[in-house]
Amino acid sequence: MVSAIEQGLIFAVLALGVFLTYRILDLPDLTVDGSFTTGGGTAAILLVNGVDPILATLAGFAAGALAGLITGILHTVLHIDGLLASILTMIGLYSINLHIMGGPMVSVNLRNGKPVDTLFSGFRLAGDLFSWKMILILAVTALAIKLILDWFLATNFGLAVQATGDNATMALADGISTRLTKNVTLMASNGLAGLSGALYCQFNGAADSQMGVGMILVGLASVIVGNAILGTRWMFLATLGVIVGSVLYRLVIFWAMDLHLASAGDMKLISAILVIIALVISKNAWLRKVFQQLSPWRTKADIPEPLLDPSLGAVPADDADAVESDTPQAVVALHEATGKAN
Amino acid sequence: MKLFPKRLIATATSAVLALALASCAGDPGTDATTDAPTDPATTAASGDHYTIAITQYLAHPSLDMITQGIKDILAEKGLVEGTNLTVIYDDAQGEPANTTTIAGKYAADSSIQLAVGIATPSAQALATAIIDRPILFAGVTDPVIAGIVPSWNANPDSNVTGTSDLNPEGKPFGLIEEVIGHSATKIGYPYTLAEANSKVQLDALRAEAGTGVEIVEAGLTSPSELGTAIQTLKGVDAIYVGTDNTVGTGLEQVISFCNDNKIPLIAGDAASVERGAIATRGIDYYGLGKRTGEMVYDILVNGKKPGDIPPLQVPDTEIAYNPAAAAAQGVTPPQAFLDKVAITY
Repeated sequence: MVSAIEQGLIFAVLALGVFLTYRILDLPDLTVDGSFTTGGGTAAILLVNGVDPILATLAGFAAGALAGLITGILHTVLHIDGLLASILTMIGLYSINLHIMGGPMVSVNLRNGKPVDTLFSGFRLAGDLFSWKMILILAVTALAIKLILDWFLATNFGLAVQATGDNATMALADGISTRLTKNVTLMASNGLAGLSGALYCQFNGAADSQMGVGMILVGLASVIVGNAILGTRWMFLATLGVIVGSVLYRLVIFWAMDLHLASAGDMKLISAILVIIALVISKNAWLRKVFQQLSPWRTKADIPEPLLDPSLGAVPADDADAVESDTPQAVVALHEATGKAN
Repeated sequence: MKLFPKRLIATATSAVLALALASCAGDPGTDATTDAPTDPATTAASGDHYTIAITQYLAHPSLDMITQGIKDILAEKGLVEGTNLTVIYDDAQGEPANTTTIAGKYAADSSIQLAVGIATPSAQALATAIIDRPILFAGVTDPVIAGIVPSWNANPDSNVTGTSDLNPEGKPFGLIEEVIGHSATKIGYPYTLAEANSKVQLDALRAEAGTGVEIVEAGLTSPSELGTAIQTLKGVDAIYVGTDNTVGTGLEQVISFCNDNKIPLIAGDAASVERGAIATRGIDYYGLGKRTGEMVYDILVNGKKPGDIPPLQVPDTEIAYNPAAAAAQGVTPPQAFLDKVAITY
C-alpha cells in the first residue's frame, strides 16, 4: 500500500507531463513511452559513473526534453501528424535507449559489487524506502512540480500554450507562434516523463529498456481518472487531480493484484476498463451530476466559464464563485444557453 | 480554464487533507495483519508454519517450472503448501512497474518470511525493496551485473542469494557441432535486444565459437517481430535459441521456420527441446527450481543465512534430445552424440 502510493506519486510526475500534451495542447503524445526510459536510462548511466544523484536526475529531465523536441520538430517543422510523429519518436527512442544504457538494463543498486549512490539509497539502506517520510518527500516533489506547472500555464507564454491547444488556427491568427508553443510544451511534457523515469529507476533499483512500455496508458489513466474526480474547472484542481488520479490508479492496480481479484493476465483489461469508466463518468451528464453531489469542489462544474463581457448579460469572471454557490436556475440556464451559443 | 479559485487557500488545504486521508488507508502496520492468511494455524505463528512469497516476471514454461520445482522439493522435505506452508504467488505480467508494486507489497507484509524473485526484473525489485528478510533469486543469468548481489561468492552483508541460469558448461557451439556431426561456420541467434540474459549468452556464444565463425544476430524489440527476424536467418548452419523469454514464448514460430528450411535448432533449455528443438545441454529449470527450493528450506528450517550461501551456477549439465525434431529438421546426429543423451523427448 505504501509502496503503491509512492509509485503513484513518482508516476504522477509523468502524468503531469501527459496532462500538458493531452489536456492543454490537445495532442496525444505517445513519446512518453520512450522518453520515460530515456530519462531513467540517462540518470542510471550517470549514477553508476558517480555523478551526483540530483544532477543525474535533472539530466533525466533534460534527456526527456530532448526526446520531446524530436517529436516537436517532426510535427511542427516536418509537418508530420502529431500522433504519428510521437509514435515514430517512441519507436526510434527504443534503440537510442539501448545505446544510452549500453545494454538492456543498468542496475543502480550495486555496480561491480559496490553500492551506487542514488537519491533514495540512503532511505533504502535505513529501511525507509516504504515509509511516511518517503511518501511525504515524494508528495512534496510532485506538488512542487504541479505548482511550477500552474505558474507556467498562468504566464503569458502559458496562456499562449493554452490558446494553441484550444484553437491552433485562431492562436496563430492572434500572433502566437504555435510552432514555439508546441515545441516548448512537448519538451516540458517529455522532460517530466524523463524526470519521472529518473526517479523511478532509483526507486526500483534498475533502469530497464522495457520500463517505459505502457507508461502512456498510466499517464492518460491518471489524467482522466483525476479530472473525472476533481474536475477541470480550475487549473489548480486539474493538476491536483492528475496527482490524485495517478495515486488512485496505482492503488487500484495494487488492490487488484493484492486481493487476486483477477488472474494475472487480466490486469491490462482492468486498466483499460478503469480508463473507460473514468471517460464515461466525465462525459455522461447523469453520472457527472452524481459526482457533483459527492464532490465538494465540483459543484455545478458543467456551467460554462462566465463570459468576460458583462454587456452580454453574463456575470463577470470575478463573480464566478457567486455563480457557483447560489445562482437561480434561470441564470444557470442562461449560462448554459450562452455557453452553447459559443 | 481559470488558474486559481478565489477560495484558493481553503481548497488547497482541503486538497492536501484529502491526499493525506487517501494515503491514511495505507498504514503499513495494519496492512501486514490484514494480509496474513486467515487460517488459524498461520496466525499462531508457530515455528512449524512458514509463509513464503514467489513472484515471477511473467508466465513462461521455464519460469513456471522453477516455481513448480521449488514447491515440489519443499513438499518432499515436508513443507506442504496448504498445510504447514503458505505460498503467496504473484505474476508481474512482464511489466517492470508491476515488479515494484509486488516487491512493495511483500515489503509491507511482515507475515512473509522469505521471498523468491524469478527472472531478473522481479529479483531486482525484491532486492531493492526488502533488506530485512531473506531474498532468493532464481533464473537470473548474471546477478552481479544485475546488481542483485555484490559478488559470486558468499556475501556476508547481503540478505540475497539464489540460483543463476548462466551455464558455463553449456557450450552451445560445441553441442551444435556434435549434433550436426561436422564443423559449423554460420550460426543464427534470435534474441530480444531488451533482455540482459540474452546479451550475456550472445557474448558467451561468440567467445566459445571463436573468430572463424559468423554469428548472425536476429535482434527483436517485441514478440511481433519474431516472425520477420528469423527470416533473416536463412542459410545458416544451425540456429541457437538461448534462454530468451520473448523468443521462448514464440518458439513455435522458430520451430516451424527450422522445419520448413531444414535448419537444425539447438536450444538453451529442456522445455524448448520438448516443444521441438533438437537438443540442449544444460539448464533444466525444474532442477534449478529444486535447488532454489533447497536453499529456501536451508534458510527457513535450518536457520542458515543467505549471506552464507554463495549464489549458485547450475553445476551439472545434461543433454536432452528430441528425435522427432531432428527428423523434421533433416538432421541425423552421429552415434557419438546419441551416446551422451540423458533425456529423450
